[in-house]
Amino acid sequence: MPTLNLATLAPLLPEIFIALSAMVLLMIGAFRAGGAPAAAVAEREGEIAMWLAVLVLAVGCYLVAAPPVKTVALFDGAFISDAYSRFFKILILTGGIGALLLAFDYLRTTKLLQFEYPVLVLLSVVGMMMMVSAGDLISLYLAIELQSLALYVLAAMRRDDVKSSEAGLKYFVLGALSSGMLLYGASLIYGFTGSTNFTVIAQVAQQPGAAQNIGLIVGLVFLLVGLAFKVSAVPFHMWTPDVYEGAPTPVTAFFAAVPKLAAMALLVRVLMTAFPGGAVKWQQIIMFLALASMFLGAFAAIGQNNIKRLLAYSSIGHVGFALVGLAAGTEKGVQGVLMYLAIYLPMTLGAFACVLAMRRENGPVEDITELAGLSKTNPTMAFILAALMFSLAGIPPLAGFFGKLFVFQPAVEAGLWALAILGVIASVIGAYYYLRVVKIMFFDEAKQPFAAVDVRVFVVMAVAGIYVTLFFPASNPLFEAASAAARSLKPL
Amino acid sequence: MSSLAGVPILSIVTFFPLIGVLLIALLNRDATGNARWIALWVTILTFLASILIWWNFDVRNAGFQFVENRAWLGPIRYKMGVDGISILFVILTTFLMPICILASWSTVEDRVREYMIAFLVLETLMIGVFCALDLMLFYVFFEAGLIPMFIIIGVWGGKRRVYASFKFFLYTLLGSVLMLIAMIAMWNYAGTTDIEALMATKFPPSMQTWLWLAFFASFAVKMPMWPVHTWLPDAHVEAPTAGSVILAAILLKMGGYGFLRFSLPMFPVASHDFAPMVYALSVIAIVYTSLVALAQEDVKKLIAYSSVAHMGYVTLGIFTFTTQGVDGAIFQMLSHGIVSAALFLCVGVVYDRMHTREIAAYGGLAERMPLYAAAFMVFTMANVGLPGTSGFIGEFLTLMGAFKVNTLVAIIATTGVILSAAYGLYLYRRMIFGPLDKPSLAGILDLDRREIAILSPLVVLTILFGVYPAPVLDVTAASVKKLVSGYESAIKTANLDAAVNAAVRTPDGGAATIAGAR
Repeated sequence: MPTLNLATLAPLLPEIFIALSAMVLLMIGAFRAGGAPAAAVAEREGEIAMWLAVLVLAVGCYLVAAPPVKTVALFDGAFISDAYSRFFKILILTGGIGALLLAFDYLRTTKLLQFEYPVLVLLSVVGMMMMVSAGDLISLYLAIELQSLALYVLAAMRRDDVKSSEAGLKYFVLGALSSGMLLYGASLIYGFTGSTNFTVIAQVAQQPGAAQNIGLIVGLVFLLVGLAFKVSAVPFHMWTPDVYEGAPTPVTAFFAAVPKLAAMALLVRVLMTAFPGGAVKWQQIIMFLALASMFLGAFAAIGQNNIKRLLAYSSIGHVGFALVGLAAGTEKGVQGVLMYLAIYLPMTLGAFACVLAMRRENGPVEDITELAGLSKTNPTMAFILAALMFSLAGIPPLAGFFGKLFVFQPAVEAGLWALAILGVIASVIGAYYYLRVVKIMFFDEAKQPFAAVDVRVFVVMAVAGIYVTLFFPASNPLFEAASAAARSLKPL
Repeated sequence: MSSLAGVPILSIVTFFPLIGVLLIALLNRDATGNARWIALWVTILTFLASILIWWNFDVRNAGFQFVENRAWLGPIRYKMGVDGISILFVILTTFLMPICILASWSTVEDRVREYMIAFLVLETLMIGVFCALDLMLFYVFFEAGLIPMFIIIGVWGGKRRVYASFKFFLYTLLGSVLMLIAMIAMWNYAGTTDIEALMATKFPPSMQTWLWLAFFASFAVKMPMWPVHTWLPDAHVEAPTAGSVILAAILLKMGGYGFLRFSLPMFPVASHDFAPMVYALSVIAIVYTSLVALAQEDVKKLIAYSSVAHMGYVTLGIFTFTTQGVDGAIFQMLSHGIVSAALFLCVGVVYDRMHTREIAAYGGLAERMPLYAAAFMVFTMANVGLPGTSGFIGEFLTLMGAFKVNTLVAIIATTGVILSAAYGLYLYRRMIFGPLDKPSLAGILDLDRREIAILSPLVVLTILFGVYPAPVLDVTAASVKKLVSGYESAIKTANLDAAVNAAVRTPDGGAATIAGAR
């Protein structure tokens, strides 16, 4: 048993820092609120708390990015810090900052601008960072629960709103169900391999005859079901549209962008490091999830008129596309998944920034027909949203195309022809509803303009718009980073 | 060549229109006049810069010239270059853009800035398609053009613009994504996306079949070939005049260019095997769509169907694999680029005055519009393929190539010339001749100075290329020769391989088979 000294904990520093900051913020908020300050004061303090949370995430991002990259396993392999986890942590932290920036204005108008929101976001971010570093079934479960519990509360933030409460409850019940399945799978895997550590599981799973080990297979299937719930892959997606529609919009933005990323990271790590090689054939399951998600995402979104539900189905479809890279099961495939998610994150945040900007004097609107004629009333926002929609549809030269290219390329290389061909056909079907949004903005007659956009929301929108349009000439650094991250992901 | 050494002239020509986009974007929202002038000057300067490419182009060199090669995205490189086949399309594009801007000068009143931006972006993407020498770079340019065209049809189009824009977008996208999968397969097989390297790669025949089909799916839709041409009449009819011009003159040529750049040199065996199918589809297109054109009541639709028929000659010429056929196909594309653009502009001229495309609404225009009638006459004759116009050279060379390969196909295709005379002259008679008895036409005015400026260069080129086609044929000669000889040697090797395989299976007759194949 190695002695624990502080130096060995260095890779854990960002998580420790953010967790402690969250605690401190919680304490300050709780004791300050005891004095029951006037509403205006509380609101200003809430805003300060939000900015502090942004700062904490930014510092956390620096702490992740600054030290040189090397693979370190702490606590007997329960916590792994490598280029892979670093890649995702940077994405999660920037995504968290983006989601916080989106929330200011919304929270103020709904009178929720208090310290709880930033604290919950910080705690869920810590959970997600642990998820991408988890190297053991126990730490995996703990991390998932930490982020989920914070998210359940966030979904139900608007206590007096029926839809928000419903979203919170639905998310909680289905989340608990999926956690149960995940635990059941984990216990089976533990029972049949004798360890919860990914490395040890990998050794057992690679032995000849592992494919006949029914207990292990059933355990893996349950584990996959649990994780498929978390990434909302079809057929475990039913909660997504309702929760996305009901939850407060900035929370939905956060849900769609960040936790999904962490869950995908976890899924990829579990499959690639605990069940590597072709010994246990999880590829077929992933292929099925990918195909079902791509097609359901494409078809179901066609009939949606609520922009949040539309984006919910779109996010289901995108999970399907990302899973195509994982189905290839190669290092290049993993690299494709990483690139896909790194492109998906800003697209989603940007799209939700536009949703938040859909606001008139008497409150927010969510029907896509409200966007009619936006190109005349607000050309900048129309241009950004159009770029995001074309990017989500995967039309070059926008970023979304490159995401698709780098997941389909390894799939074809791995001989998954049918998957690739069906996948691109699904992307054409999906293009229809993205085009529909563009059509409404550009071709239809103008409606009454929206209220002025909050500057923080606009910043997120603009950054996302610039990212997807200028990705084309400046994409090589991301390619290299994803390549390095994918290389580092192998059984220890 | 020497005077341009080290200057990335192709990138400059390709991306120069984006400078105009930037300038227009920075303009005040009401500065529509400035937006027009900026767009005009930018396109003219782009044209002049592209003339520089032509000036320095070495016609004896069959390979790629002005090559630029830089690292871009991992294994994908930014590689640009032109050869004798692509340079003409670059110049055609840059030549037509100022004309398109002028054609929209007073007819587009709504959202002028956005209109000009869309056209300038489209110009960059179209030039990029013809210059790209990397598979993925090509795909990016090829596919990205859908976005501005979608917006152009949808925002500034006619009544059924929404339907037409969606049909255009989704139809072409579906064809292209299959090509993308094929491109990925080629990338994985050859380990590179460099088009020059891929041309030297010998893909196994069974793989060629699938790759060829996937590329065919994309290019046949883009061309468009019968029976996947149905998006074209809709898109043409609904698009604004300049949009129709670009669609007919440039976007359709991407299909033909794609066959010449990819299908023929990279999959020669599959091209050989599928040639009968292409012949069949081509002659159906020529005869059937000509008949359909005969029955049209809408001028734009008539010209759209005649475009499909003319593209039939192009595919026919390309797949004869003869020098005449390929030369003819390229010439036909170029000529059609000028003539169909001019015809759409002519329709635009009367549409701007009368706001109808019904043929029946016109008649006797020759009385009030003599200049217009004369210009329209030249373009109609060129469309028919009358000797002395550019249309004749292309059709004649193509049919000559076809005759060498398959007499029957050539004979059926030749009837298309007669049919095109039928619908062309019938249209001309209904619109231009006859009595001017419609009260709405009584006050119609002849071409104004702007319209004369637009149409006169097109008249000059139509006749010039008709009597003196050498400038074009000289430029293409070396590259076409290389293309055809490369195809022939590939087929010879393939036959030899097949013979050797047969010999291995039957040792006795082997020697004789190989000798026979030689």
